[in-house]
Formats: sequence, structure tokens, C-alpha cells
Amino acid sequence: MTCAVRARGLSFGYAPGDDVLDGLDFTVAHGERVAVLGPNGAGKTTLMLHLNGLLRGSGQLEVAGLPVRDDTLAALRARVGLVFQDPDDQLFMTTVADDVAFGPRNLGLPDHAIADRTRAALAAVRMEAAAGRAPHQLSMGERRRVAIAGVLAMEPELLVLDEPSANLDPRARRELLDLLEALDRTLLVVTHDLPFATELCERAVILSSGRVAADGPCRELLADAELLARHDLELPAGFDPARVTRRPRPLAVN
Amino acid sequence: MTAGALDAAGIAGDPASPVHRLDARAKLLGLAGLTLIAATSPAAAWPLLACCAALLAAVARAARVPAGLLWRRARVVLPLVLLAAASLPFLRHGGARYALGPLTASEAGLEAFGTAAAKAAIGTLSALLLAATTSVPAALDGLRRLHAPPLLIAIAGVTWRYAFVLAGEIGRMRCALAARGHRPRHLLQAAATGKLATALFLRAHARAERVHVAMAARGWSGVPLAPGAAALRRTDVAFVAALAGAPLLIRVLLEVHP
Repeated sequence: MTCAVRARGLSFGYAPGDDVLDGLDFTVAHGERVAVLGPNGAGKTTLMLHLNGLLRGSGQLEVAGLPVRDDTLAALRARVGLVFQDPDDQLFMTTVADDVAFGPRNLGLPDHAIADRTRAALAAVRMEAAAGRAPHQLSMGERRRVAIAGVLAMEPELLVLDEPSANLDPRARRELLDLLEALDRTLLVVTHDLPFATELCERAVILSSGRVAADGPCRELLADAELLARHDLELPAGFDPARVTRRPRPLAVN
Repeated sequence: MTAGALDAAGIAGDPASPVHRLDARAKLLGLAGLTLIAATSPAAAWPLLACCAALLAAVARAARVPAGLLWRRARVVLPLVLLAAASLPFLRHGGARYALGPLTASEAGLEAFGTAAAKAAIGTLSALLLAATTSVPAALDGLRRLHAPPLLIAIAGVTWRYAFVLAGEIGRMRCALAARGHRPRHLLQAAATGKLATALFLRAHARAERVHVAMAARGWSGVPLAPGAAALRRTDVAFVAALAGAPLLIRVLLEVHP
């Protein structure tokens, strides 16, 4: 059986002798929702950039059933959707519709298929009405949703989100959570927002110094105050992961 | 320049007007054609220039763009152009001469100035009407469909998109300076502004790298791809014919019967 992500001994450093990922072993099954947690500098974003070949380390890495190699990059980028932390980095086209169509167009799809995918992706994030607007005219929450639509339009098997709840007000955060909960995709969520991770993900992985320091059910890991403290993580005062009720998953997960 | 100011320089008038709803290609071809015909006309071709001005006035009226707004926007560009032509009455010789204080203007010079001023006004008004009735994304899409180089269109689009982001960053940095009491009163105190410019450049550079990574993540291979072009409608063709055809006809008539 293929996994959504299978990393064995994955190592990468931006400078020689300074490995951000240090022999990482990590597996995600299809349909799982996994929160990737850890302090700054733990290698979370670096791992994310490896997942569709934007960075290439040593060791073995297989994502969405494909080994990460030069000849698989195009297919890999169609199967793995990355949503970056700052939507302004991702929304570079002049209108929302053009931006959402950017990925499908790079896949070489015909115009009618691109239009269909654009419409469907915008509908999935409830942003159809914004199709003709410029990204700078949207709120931060709306931009985040459009950024997700831009990735959904590529119909990826695996969706990787980097700090999706950053800079969102409580209402936009709630809307984003509702949206992500309704997606039938394998999700990998890189975040510092532990309540967000608890509500969305069944499983959590704590990265520390480029290795997996802990891996288990999200609520159990986050209930371990000592473990969290060891990795510079902290729950908001009064937040009890055990009392979070997660809504049922969509039926069709991959 | 703030993001609000950038937005304020865009669409004006009634967005549902027939002119606003025209294909961007028709507006680009019509207004550029009219400007080109006017700009290349011989000196004192007043019937032609009057026809162009009347057509532009009709477009402004149909688009319900207020004259006051066009004047406010023209004030940014027009004085600079007119300043460049201001010396013409005094440098050109020919015809009657008129004493204006210590200077003497010639009839030929005044005619040349009048022609230059009229051409500048027509060119400026054409550009302003295009900006008031066509969004930047639509204008860029129109240019692309008219087979302008795709890479240039992509660069122009990204530049426009990130002008708003940079304007926002400038606004926040200026706020941060003011919040810490920065009120430059003489040149030496402007050093902070220079540092702001440096920081802005570095941030823009870092953002450009992140944007490129985000593009690559969605399969960007370095070649801009775009949808095919739809055919122009009859109203679009009629607009181009009226805006470029009528001045062209007068121009030809003036050439035949000077």
C-alpha cells in the first residue's frame, strides 16, 4: 500500500554542517489529518517544502505515491498542494479567478476544464462572488480561502498548509476550520495554533531539531504538558484538549 | 503613494455603462488608434483635433465619467507636457509677431504650441478614459489577447499586484516611524527614510523569492500560459470603427484637400 508521505532518513541543511532536517523518519497514510508541531527552527516549513520537491534533501522521500525526483516533479506538484503562510506570497495574479486558474493552466488542461475547476474550487471555499476581484481587495480570511482554492483547483491528493490560522480574526479562523473540516483530502497542517490542530487533526507529530520527537493522537500529545514544555509548546490558559469534540469526517476521503 | 491612492486612480464613472462593458481590446485599439492619428497629424489640423476631442467627450459622457474627475487626474500629467511645449511660441519664427513683455511670440510658434497642447490633451484624455473604464487586469488581458509579449504582460501584472502590497508595507513602516516620534525637519534627519527604503527593498526581495517558490509549487515552468481569445462583438468593432475610423477619414480628407 502506498502512503501519502513516506520519509526515511531525510536530511537537509541550508548551510553545510547545519542540518535543519536530520535523518527524519515520517509516514502519513492516505486520508489522515496530521498536525506538524514544534518550536521555531524545528524544520516544519523545510519539511513542507520537501513535499513537492521545492527543496531536495538526502535520504528517501515518497509523496502521493511518487518518489521525489526531477522526472516526477510536474506530477508531484499536481498531487501535492502547498498553501503558504502569507497569502500575499501565493496570490500573485491580478484577479482571484486568474490566480485559481494558474495551477490548472500549468497542468496543460484545456480552457473549459480550467474554467470548471476554477468555478468548483471557488465554490468549495465559498468565494465564487470574488472571482473578478483583485487579491488586495480581499480580507485576510478571504485571501486565505482563495489561496486554498488555488491549490484545490489542482485537485491534489495531499494538502499541506503552513500556519493556516496565522493573522486571522476568530470568525475567519472558525470559517477556515469549517472549510478544512469539510475537505476530503489528506491534510498536513504545520501550525503553532494548538487548539486549531486539536480541532482539525486526529494525529500530531512534534518535530524537534529536524527529527520526530513525538508522534501520536493529537489530543493525547497535547494533554502531556511536560512533553509540550520540553518542545517550547504551550496550550492557551484554560484550554483542555480532552474536551474538544471533533465533527464527523466527510465520507469520501481519497 | 498609498494602496488607497492606487485604487483611486482606477475605475471611475458608471461600471455598468456601455463603455465599461466593452471588450478591453476594443478600448485599447480605439483609444490608441485615435491618439496615434491625432499625434501624427500635421500642425493646425484643427478639424481633425476637434473631431478627436468630440469623440473623447462622447466616450466620457457615455461612460458617465465626471469632467471634474478627468481634470483632477489630468492635472498630474498635463502641466508637465505643456511645460515642455511652452517655449515653442518664442523659439519658432514665422507670421505675425506679438510682444508679451520682454518676450516676442510668433504666429507660427503659437500655432505649434496650440497643436502640441491639443495633441497632449487628447493623448492624456484617451489614457485617462481607458484607465477610468478598464481595470488593470482587464487591460493587461486585452493586451495579451492582442498578442503583446506574454512575459511582459506577466511582469506588468505582478508589478501591479505587488504595488499594493508594497504600498501597504510603506504605510506600516511610516506609521512605525511616526509612532516613535520621527518627524524629519531637515535633510540630516531624513536618514531614517533612507533606511526605510533599504528595508523595503530587502523585504521586496525576500517576498519575490517566496512568490517564486509559491509559483513553482503550482507547476510554474517559466513560460506564461494563457487562455485563448474570444472574438470581438459587433459593439466592440463599432467602437473601434467610430473612434479610429472617423479621425482617420478626416485625416485622409485633409491630406487630399489641405
